[in-house]
Amino acid sequence: MPAGKLTSLADAVAKWVPDGCSVALCTSLESLIPFAAGHEIIRQRKRDLTLIGPISDILFDQIIGGGCAGKVEAAWVGNVITGSAYRFRQAVECGAVEMVDHSNLTLAMGLKAGALGVPYLPVRTALGSDLVSRGRHFAKIACPFSGQPLCAVKAICPDAAIVHVQRCDADGNAHAWGNLGVARDALMASRRVILTCEEVVPTEIIKSDPNRVIVPAFAVDAVVHVPWGAHPSPVPGYYNRDHQAYLDYRDDSRTDAGFAAWRRCWIDAVRTVDDYRRRVGPERLTTLALTRHDFAESVDYGY
Amino acid sequence: MAIECTPAERMVAAAAREIENRDIVFVGMRLPLLGFLLAKSTHAPEAIGIYELGIIRDTAAPRPILTMGDLPNLNRAQYLADTADVMGILQQGRVDLSFIGGAQIDRFGNLNTSYIGGVDAMKIRLPGSGGACDLASLARRHIIVMPHERRRFVAKVDYITSPGYGDGPGWREKMGLPRGGPSAVITTMGIMRFDAESRAAVLTAVHPGTRVASVQAATGWDLAVSPTLVETKDPTADERKTLRRFDPEGFWTR
Repeated sequence: MPAGKLTSLADAVAKWVPDGCSVALCTSLESLIPFAAGHEIIRQRKRDLTLIGPISDILFDQIIGGGCAGKVEAAWVGNVITGSAYRFRQAVECGAVEMVDHSNLTLAMGLKAGALGVPYLPVRTALGSDLVSRGRHFAKIACPFSGQPLCAVKAICPDAAIVHVQRCDADGNAHAWGNLGVARDALMASRRVILTCEEVVPTEIIKSDPNRVIVPAFAVDAVVHVPWGAHPSPVPGYYNRDHQAYLDYRDDSRTDAGFAAWRRCWIDAVRTVDDYRRRVGPERLTTLALTRHDFAESVDYGY
Repeated sequence: MAIECTPAERMVAAAAREIENRDIVFVGMRLPLLGFLLAKSTHAPEAIGIYELGIIRDTAAPRPILTMGDLPNLNRAQYLADTADVMGILQQGRVDLSFIGGAQIDRFGNLNTSYIGGVDAMKIRLPGSGGACDLASLARRHIIVMPHERRRFVAKVDYITSPGYGDGPGWREKMGLPRGGPSAVITTMGIMRFDAESRAAVLTAVHPGTRVASVQAATGWDLAVSPTLVETKDPTADERKTLRRFDPEGFWTR
């Protein structure tokens, strides 16, 4: 298979996620979260990043705890099944991290405006809320046709997007399925794209089903093969959500000392994908495997 | 019936009863997930569930889920799409009912899930809106599910994350919100609804064994009480059995 844009996670993050850049992550919301790439960001001690994403589950909290973020542009930062994100909370409360508050709809529209190449998109949500009254990324406008009040959401064009997909070819033609959140727009709105994937497959497999393509190769800069790269989040077709990891992280992240220990165990002591898998443990990975497969009917793209 | 049900079970059962058959329901995180499944399995089999991740379901997930992104919730879905697609359906006005939780609420149903103390005098940073602001802004009616404590039920929220009726009658219209507004607050003590004229919360039901005075004591404003106050019905044995099926470990309802 040609090497194409295939690279290591360390090289991809070193090259395309410089200190001070803005990076979109966690764009499929609860699934396909690029945990391995986020952990590499922490391992490389990146600084002053702007993290962009709708609801990050716990990855933003981990990157913030790692001291890598100066700003967060998000609708929600927490632990989906337990609530608070302790590192995030502490960083915002002490002023270490600046917050740009969105709702899921406004964040989606900001990225869509970026993907469409327009400076803003209007929405009817959030009017009267303090998201709008306190946010410089919003403006109250009047509809040019009816005069009715609208909220303009400023386009979001991240410096980089990191998206985990099920499979792609070595050039970055990528298939993803499941709930896709804001991934499609984040991929097109961003100046650089890193894909991490469960499998690298021949181009013919991707070309066999073009409707399933989430991003074409010309918009992709790096492809990294990282099986289990979204663990503990779920990957449709590959593995289930590892709830216990989120419960453990809630306990580990409550205090500075607890987070430091978590970091030593899950970031600093991990060098490779195999390290990570060994640390999770084969028995636990087995419990996450799909137990009931359900394949779609194939479709005919012939002529 | 002398069954001991938990406050969470009461809230979930009350939430489920708000759903009518064939409603299009935008389902929020946590307890509402179960409320939808309970309604779907009892009196509202044709209800449609929409999830902000980009999922639409016309059947219950084939296995218990802890969160909406669990793979059984994607299996045999009616539609898997982008967040913008499902938020568009909401913005168009096609969603009958939505559920959200809250950290701090005031008498006009405004919710704060962002900053206790406000932005400038921040005491606690909370997770934020997620989709809550959108549901509160755009659903035809929305229902708030939250624990009833005095520190949460305040005269005026420190920050409006999800708009209710603002400062009273006419506020939503003036702000340009196209429709909707909170229709009920389901709590660990009872249910509040909103007066059609004043837009202020009115206590309309208390859970079995709860006194109005206790509700007032847990509420940070002078609470209006409906002249037709009723007692909510505890979940039936069948409802509790269904809840056990969807939440076998009692993660959300114990």
